Amino acid sequence: MASSFDSQSQISAAELDRLTKEAEQEATPSSAKIMWHQFKRDRAALISLIAIVGFIVFVVVGSWFVDTGKAMNVDIMAYNSPPFSDYLLGADSSGRSIAQQLIVGSRNSICIALGLTAISSTFGVVYGLVSGFFGGLVDLTMQRLYDFMMIIPMLMTIIVIVTIIPQYNAITLTLILSLFYWMGTSRLIRSRTLAESQKDYVTASKTAGSSNLKIMFREILPNISSLIIVDTTLSFAENIGVETGLSFLGFGLPNGTPSLGTLIANATDPENITQYWWTWLFAAVEIILLCLAISYVGQVIRRTLNASQQID
Amino acid sequence: MWKTILRRFLIMIPELIILSMLVFLLAKAMPGDPFLGSINPKSSPQQIHHLMQANGLYDPWYQQYWNWVVHLFHGDLGMSYEYKEPVVGLIQQRGLNTLWLALFTMIMTYMIALPLGVYAGKHEGKWQDNLVRVYTYVTMAIPFFVVLVLGIWIFGYLFNLFPTAGSISPTATGFGTVISRLTHIILPGLLGALFGTVNIVQYLRSEVIDAKHSAYVKTAKSKGIPMKDIYRHHIFRNSLLPIAAFSGYSITGLLAGSIFTEMVFSYPGMGLLFLNAVNYRDYTVITALVLLYGFLNLLGTLISDVVLAVIDPRIRVE
Repeated sequence: MASSFDSQSQISAAELDRLTKEAEQEATPSSAKIMWHQFKRDRAALISLIAIVGFIVFVVVGSWFVDTGKAMNVDIMAYNSPPFSDYLLGADSSGRSIAQQLIVGSRNSICIALGLTAISSTFGVVYGLVSGFFGGLVDLTMQRLYDFMMIIPMLMTIIVIVTIIPQYNAITLTLILSLFYWMGTSRLIRSRTLAESQKDYVTASKTAGSSNLKIMFREILPNISSLIIVDTTLSFAENIGVETGLSFLGFGLPNGTPSLGTLIANATDPENITQYWWTWLFAAVEIILLCLAISYVGQVIRRTLNASQQID
Repeated sequence: MWKTILRRFLIMIPELIILSMLVFLLAKAMPGDPFLGSINPKSSPQQIHHLMQANGLYDPWYQQYWNWVVHLFHGDLGMSYEYKEPVVGLIQQRGLNTLWLALFTMIMTYMIALPLGVYAGKHEGKWQDNLVRVYTYVTMAIPFFVVLVLGIWIFGYLFNLFPTAGSISPTATGFGTVISRLTHIILPGLLGALFGTVNIVQYLRSEVIDAKHSAYVKTAKSKGIPMKDIYRHHIFRNSLLPIAAFSGYSITGLLAGSIFTEMVFSYPGMGLLFLNAVNYRDYTVITALVLLYGFLNLLGTLISDVVLAVIDPRIRVE
């Protein structure tokens, strides 16, 4: 096919190559390219991104070297020992090293946030796509479910489910949380899909006989991908707060599993909060820095998205 | 308009029924039974069996659900095992505390957010706007409970400016009770307000920016009205109504936040009551509170939806 085309056309192969290259240069740069340019221009964003990735790698690798069982053993001799003594960052009221708890706790909290973001965002995106694309009765039914989910007292329901579920661990916790944190994404994706479905390329594809699945996932999805990236980044920052908040209240990760939230919960003891600041302050500062950095990256990507919209 | 409002009310009914079913099922799934407090080691299995039968616990679930709903409509939510008093009275006491805190937080939120939103919109793209953007970015990113912990540490313990527990000082009398109440809610209320303005600020900012380029502002300008008055009498007033309508939606956030706030500040409201109830497995209290919070969320969204439908004709078209 290709050879017959070549023989018939008057453009030589070299010419064709040159033309393709020219066309590529003139075309709108892809979102990924614009994003990369933004990051190169914005030093703070690049540093944040590297710091986040570096930190995640550090705690994941670091936690391999920490024996969680041993780290959570009570050592009465080290009761509330201050930082830079026997322990680098001190020990809590049970004599457990804060540094080790921080590393394992960070890994647990970050991994749960990542898992929660992956599951809830995927579900939210699919929910929003289906609801927005089909419209009509499908949309109406799905939006009623959405409305209902919005009035459920989320935090309370999660706490109740956590207390009644048997065999409860990090994975079940992530799944329970995922049940409740997809609504924001689904709403966002739905409204964008509604707008996208009106566009000519969707009508054209429908006329050409493409299946609904293909239009939704191969055509609309790539067109709203940058929106999804922004939303996912921002939900990731938010989701770190979700698990740590629950653990802080005492209904997150089970006992004996360190989390940034349980470390901060040390501060609910008046003695700890005033005298033994090292038992909770490190974790609090870490969460703040982590959330600020992730949101900042999200903001920069959002700016990119706005920039790429201006181009077309 | 009436059609929209009526439809909105009709939607509420199935939502309420499903919510109550969900709460009922959760209550059924919780271990234990309503006689936990009245059974002692001497109670024989026959006695317990008799009690269960007399109270209809062997009935099919729909029968039990129906009985529960009937009791609900008579204002009977059962007895708390932990406090040994009717749940309704318990919630009334604690609810009032939560209400004061929520009301104060809401008022402060608007007092901070309204000027900031207008200010940012007025100075769109300048450094003032960027400053507000940094503020909203920081308050949005940081988890609220960390803010509460740092707040109580710095202002409650280090500087000793505010009380760190309770809702009222036990020694306060007369007018002093009002002052004491206020000092207990200032810090948690202010923290909640400072970190809860994001939505209002961002919405108001974009409203103001839109209005700045609208025809009616141009007309006012060409009539020679000073910019200050245009902002005060035209732009601000036009943007205010939808913002006021959003207050119903913010109930959800306030209620969820109350759980964290009341725990950190040991403030005896409904949130703390709930946490204690979960720890003591006080099921009647848990059920009542989940249902109440759900109902309040429902009411909040209903109010907002209706108000928005009244003021914004575009919503009615559907």
